Amino acid sequence: MTEVSKEIKYRRDVGVDPNEISRRKVLGFIGWGTFWATIAATLAGTGRYMFPEVTYEESPIFKAGSPKEYLPGVSTKYLASQRVWIINDGGIIYALIAICTHLGCTPDWLPNENKFKCNCHGSGYYISGVNYEGPAPRAMERAKIYVDETGELVVDKSKKFLYEDGGWENPESFVKV
Amino acid sequence: MSSKLQDFLEKHVYPTQIWQSIFRHGKPINDRNRSLAVLSNVFLHLHPIRLPRYATKYTYTWGMGGMSFLLFLVETVTGILLMFYYHPTATQAYIDIKSLEFDVPFGMLLRNMHRWGAHLMVLTVWFHMFRVFMTGSYKKPREFNWAIGVLLLTITLFMSFTGYLLPWDQLAMWAITVGTNMARAVPFLGHEGPFSNLLGLRIDNDIRFALLGGTTVGGPTLLRFYVLHCIAVPFVMSFLLAVHFWRIRKDGGISGPQSARLANLNKVTQVKAALGKKEESTVAQPPKTE
Repeated sequence: MTEVSKEIKYRRDVGVDPNEISRRKVLGFIGWGTFWATIAATLAGTGRYMFPEVTYEESPIFKAGSPKEYLPGVSTKYLASQRVWIINDGGIIYALIAICTHLGCTPDWLPNENKFKCNCHGSGYYISGVNYEGPAPRAMERAKIYVDETGELVVDKSKKFLYEDGGWENPESFVKV
Repeated sequence: MSSKLQDFLEKHVYPTQIWQSIFRHGKPINDRNRSLAVLSNVFLHLHPIRLPRYATKYTYTWGMGGMSFLLFLVETVTGILLMFYYHPTATQAYIDIKSLEFDVPFGMLLRNMHRWGAHLMVLTVWFHMFRVFMTGSYKKPREFNWAIGVLLLTITLFMSFTGYLLPWDQLAMWAITVGTNMARAVPFLGHEGPFSNLLGLRIDNDIRFALLGGTTVGGPTLLRFYVLHCIAVPFVMSFLLAVHFWRIRKDGGISGPQSARLANLNKVTQVKAALGKKEESTVAQPPKTE
């Protein structure tokens, strides 16, 4: 036999239906409900507070000059400032994000060997960004690139295209020259 | 609580080592366990063992001490949250305050809770002091706690003062400029005060210079006031609060006349001291049961 609460015992003794919704229950529900709702709202608000609406970071979108500037080969012009290589490879221009897919170092472009080489753990990539040696598990990523109405190249690093997903076929991932 | 949940807890939760290492007493079904539940809990043990009837009367204490402590907690929590969006640097501080006020979700609410809480806390601490004075609660055996309380009042005002500079607007700049100019005139410590020439005080080596970190209110002042406001003074304050609360219990509970037990104990101590006998008991030790 399970124990019954004092309240139910008392109600039985005085001959009141123990299942009836009493004034005490209603007031208790309102009181505790308000208490816990306040706590929950406070916690939710505090949690929301940790996610700012405005950040003071640099825009992931930058202008990269005229497409004509880019002769066939790898341009390191925006490597230091934007961590992106602008590459003209056989009639198309694409923006390769200089983040090694092994542990996130910045690889070097070695023009004599015609490859990207990561000096952290030796991952090697073709000019296309596809990996072929070392520990890198997959190709480097390309950023969105397009020509704006003034004829200038624009790179948007917030949109990335993966070789493995077939993203490099997407017309947003390159510009024809 | 439903009996199913109760059964589950009894079988699978209460007997576990984790539960028993945290709650070191049995179920509160008898007086002993009920008192252990309070005594073995760091937060609950601050409550007195007995409560005089008058202490529960709101008109007697106004609850100002408790309200001041509640506001201290509010200030601590909101202050910690505000620190996430604030750089104490001359170039960044004002921008951060504006961003808190207009960009950050709930930033305006938190900042105003902190600000109004601070104003309110200065009020409640003053009213607490006023009440303690009017009910004569500074008298024996509470003299020492009155002194601690005066320190806490001063610290509350200093917290208010240091916090005043942090918005880094015109009001803050000039309020702190005027406020700290008073330090120039402190005897022996300020360079414009009495005896300053005896000690060779100049504008760049007196107490005001140490407070500002320079000769005028500037970037170093902001950093100093920030560290004082957020770390140094709250640390001292928490320490004194602990002593303050502990003394309330040791001096016989919230306000009211000295308890007969404490009075007797003091009398015994005094008589013994007068007779030149070695003191066997002090106020801090409970009397042995005879």
